Amino acid sequence: MEVRVAFSGPKSLSGKEFTYCPGCHHGIIHRLVAEVIDELGIQEKTIMVAPVGCSVFAYEFFDVDGTVAPHGRALAVATGMKRALPDRVVFTYQGDGDLAAIGTAETVHAANRGEKLTTIFVNNAVYGMTGGQMAPTTLLGQKTTTTPYGRRAENDGYPIHMSEILSTMRGVAYLERVTVSTPQDIRNAKKAIKKAFLAQIKNIGFGLVEVLSTCPTNWGMTPVEAQQWLLENMTKEFPPKLFIDRVGD
Amino acid sequence: MKKLMMKGNEAIAEAAIRAGCRLYFGYPITPQSEIAEYMSRRLPEVGGTFLQTESEVATVNMVYGAACTGKRVMTSTSSPGFSLMQEGISYIAGAELPCVFVNVVRGGPGLGDIQPAQSDYFQATKGGGHGDYRLLVLAPSTLQEAIELTMLAFDLADKYRNPALILADGMIGQMMEPVELPPMRDLSTLPDHSSWALTGAEGRAPRKVTSFNIDPYGLEEMNKRYQEKYRRVEREEQRWEEYKTENAEYLLVGYGTMGRILKSVADRLEEEGLAVGVFRPISLWPFPDRRLKELSEKVRFVFTVEMSSGQMVEDVRLAVDGRIPVHFYGRMGGVVPTPEEVIRAFKKLL
Amino acid sequence: MAYHGIVIAGFGGQGVMLMGQIIAEAAVIEGKHSTWLPSYGPEMRGGTANCTVVVDERPVASPVIDSPTEVIAMNYPSMVKFGGRLQSGGILFVNSSVVDRDIERDDIEIIKVPVNEIAEEVGNPRVSNMVMLGAFVEVTGIVGTEAVKEALKHKLTGSKSALLELNFEAVRRGAEFVRRR
Repeated sequence: MEVRVAFSGPKSLSGKEFTYCPGCHHGIIHRLVAEVIDELGIQEKTIMVAPVGCSVFAYEFFDVDGTVAPHGRALAVATGMKRALPDRVVFTYQGDGDLAAIGTAETVHAANRGEKLTTIFVNNAVYGMTGGQMAPTTLLGQKTTTTPYGRRAENDGYPIHMSEILSTMRGVAYLERVTVSTPQDIRNAKKAIKKAFLAQIKNIGFGLVEVLSTCPTNWGMTPVEAQQWLLENMTKEFPPKLFIDRVGD
Repeated sequence: MKKLMMKGNEAIAEAAIRAGCRLYFGYPITPQSEIAEYMSRRLPEVGGTFLQTESEVATVNMVYGAACTGKRVMTSTSSPGFSLMQEGISYIAGAELPCVFVNVVRGGPGLGDIQPAQSDYFQATKGGGHGDYRLLVLAPSTLQEAIELTMLAFDLADKYRNPALILADGMIGQMMEPVELPPMRDLSTLPDHSSWALTGAEGRAPRKVTSFNIDPYGLEEMNKRYQEKYRRVEREEQRWEEYKTENAEYLLVGYGTMGRILKSVADRLEEEGLAVGVFRPISLWPFPDRRLKELSEKVRFVFTVEMSSGQMVEDVRLAVDGRIPVHFYGRMGGVVPTPEEVIRAFKKLL
Repeated sequence: MAYHGIVIAGFGGQGVMLMGQIIAEAAVIEGKHSTWLPSYGPEMRGGTANCTVVVDERPVASPVIDSPTEVIAMNYPSMVKFGGRLQSGGILFVNSSVVDRDIERDDIEIIKVPVNEIAEEVGNPRVSNMVMLGAFVEVTGIVGTEAVKEALKHKLTGSKSALLELNFEAVRRGAEFVRRR
C-alpha cells in the first residue's frame, strides 16, 4: 500500500507542542508565520526575537535561530541584529503590552527609522502571561484584574491604536491590521504576513501586521464566545485595515 | 611611533575601532558625547555602522542584538545613562554575550552634575542590574592606558563571553595627552564565534541565545556555569599597578584618575622623607585582592582615596581583612581632590 | 626643565582652550610630557572657561594642580580667581586690554599684554589669544616658537590653514611686545 503524507506542519515550526490555552490565536498565528517562512525559503537565514509575555516561548516553537528580548525591547534587539547582519531576515513577535506599552518608544523609533525588520503584533487587549491585567489596548468598559470596574477613560485613558500611529511613519513599508477568526480572515492574514516579510526582504522598509487575537482564559470566556466577542467588540475599536503597502504585488 | 595629542573620549573610540569594533549604538550624554561623535564620523570610513538611538534603554538592547551575532560591538554613556542600561546588561550577562560598555562617570546621584566622579563603583563591580552576574571592569588612569584597556576589554569579553566595562570618569574623557595608537586589528584574526552566534541556521540546526530558563533547576545550572566562569576570571584577570611600593611604610590606594593623582602625592611625600607607595587597581572586577593582601602585610596602614563617599574602600577592607588600619578620604559630587589636600589628609593620620 | 602647571582662563570664545592645547601639543613635539585638562560643560557656552596644562620632563602623574606656576588671565574674574592661587615666584599674564585693575600680590611677576590692540594691528581681533601665547612662550620658554608653529599646523587644517600666517604673525607680535617691554 502506498503511504503518503496527508498532513504535516510547516518546516519552520520545531514540532514542540504549543503551551498556549485552548482557543488562543497564538497557535494559528505561529503557523501562518512559519508557513510564510517556508514559502519564502528563508528558514536558514531567519532570526527571531521573542518577547516577554505569553509568546515568550515562541523562540522554542520556531525552528530558526532566536533569542528572547527584555520586555518591550524586541525591536531594539532586532535592530542590533539586523545592523550587524543586513542580509539576514529578522522578525519580532510581540504582544500588546510588549509593543504598545513598555516598548512604545522602541516600536515607534524602529518604524520611523524604517528598519528592515518584520513585526508580528498580537493584540488581544489583555496581559496574558501575568494573569489578565489591563493592556494598553484594553477596550473601554472591559473588565480585567486591574480594571475590576471596567476600563474608565478618566482613570486609564483610551485603547491605544498603534497601527494608526505607525501609519504616519515614513519608514513603514507594510502595515495592516487583520483578524484570524474565519478561514477567509486567516488566508488574508497570511498574505499580509508574507508582505510584511517581503517589505524586509526587498529592503523597502519596516513591515508590521497587527493581528487581533483572543484570550479566552483571561477574558473569562469559552473559545467560541471569545471568537464572537472579538468580532463584535474588538473589530469596532480596531477595524481591520490595510494602512500602508509599499511592497506591491 | 608618533605620539598624538588626543582627547580621552576620542582615544577610546579610536581604540575600539582598532580593536575591530564596527558597530556602535549610543545616545548623547555629557561628558562622553565625543565618543558618539567620533564614531559617527569614523565608522563609515571603515565600513562600520553607527546608530544614534532613541534612548539608553534602546541602546543596550541594540548592543544585545548585535552581540548575539558574535560581532564586536560597543556603546558608551555616562552615569544616568548607564543606570538605564542595567536591565539590558543583566540580560547580556545572562545570555553570555561579549560586548564592551564605556561609562564616563559623572557626579550623582540623580541628575547630579557633569563633573568627574567615581561614585558608580558599586554599580559597576557588584552587578548593577538584577541577578547574580559580574562585568569585567577595567579602570584606566591615563589615555594611553584607556587605549590599551579598551582593546583588552574586547579581548576579555570574547574570551569569557561576558560584557566588559571601561569605567572612566569625566577627566579621562575630557582631557588630552599624548598617546600612541596601536595598529588596526585585522578583522580576520578576531575570535571565531560560529559555535554559538545567531547568524541564521544555514547548514546547521537552529540555536537559541537567551538568559531565559523557566525551570529553576535548569536556571541554577546556568548560574553555576556563570559562577565557575567568574571564579576563573578572579583567578586569572586581576590587574594592578604598583608605584614606589618596594620599601613603602604606607600604602595609598586609588584607581583611575585618583590613582594617577596619588602618584603625585607619593612623590611629594617622598621629598619630605616619607616612604609612601601607591597601589592602583586596574581591574576593579576582579578586584586585585591577592596582591593587596600581600602588601598590607608590609605597611603600617592603607589610605584609600576616591572621588566618592567610599565605595572601593569596602573591597580594600575585605582584602586587608583587619590586619592593619584602612583609612579613607573622598570628595563627592564631581570634586576632584588635589594632591595638596590628599597630603593634608594623609598627614593627619601619622 | 622643571615642572610647569599652567592655568589659562577667560571668557568662552577668547580661545583659552586652544591656547592650552597648543602649549600641550608643542611640549609633546619637543619630546616632553604634557596633559591638557579643560573645564567643561555649560562654561563652553559664553561663561568662564579655563584649562590646566601640565608640562614636565617626566610622565605627568596628576593633571590636577593645586597652585599653578603660571597663570594666563584673559579677563578680570580669571585674574582674581587663579592669580590668587599662583605659586609665590610664579608668573601672571594679564590681558591688559580688558583688565584695568591690579592684583594685590608682590611675590609674583606680572606681565601685562594689550592683546586686543595688538591683534587689531595684526588685522584680526580673534587672534588675541595667539598674541598672548607669543608673549607666554617668549617669557617662559616652556616651549619653543617652532614647536608652537608646528602645533598650530596640526590644529588649523583644511580651510583653516589659510589662517596659519595670521596666527604665526600674532604669536610673533606677542613675543616682540614682551621683548621690547
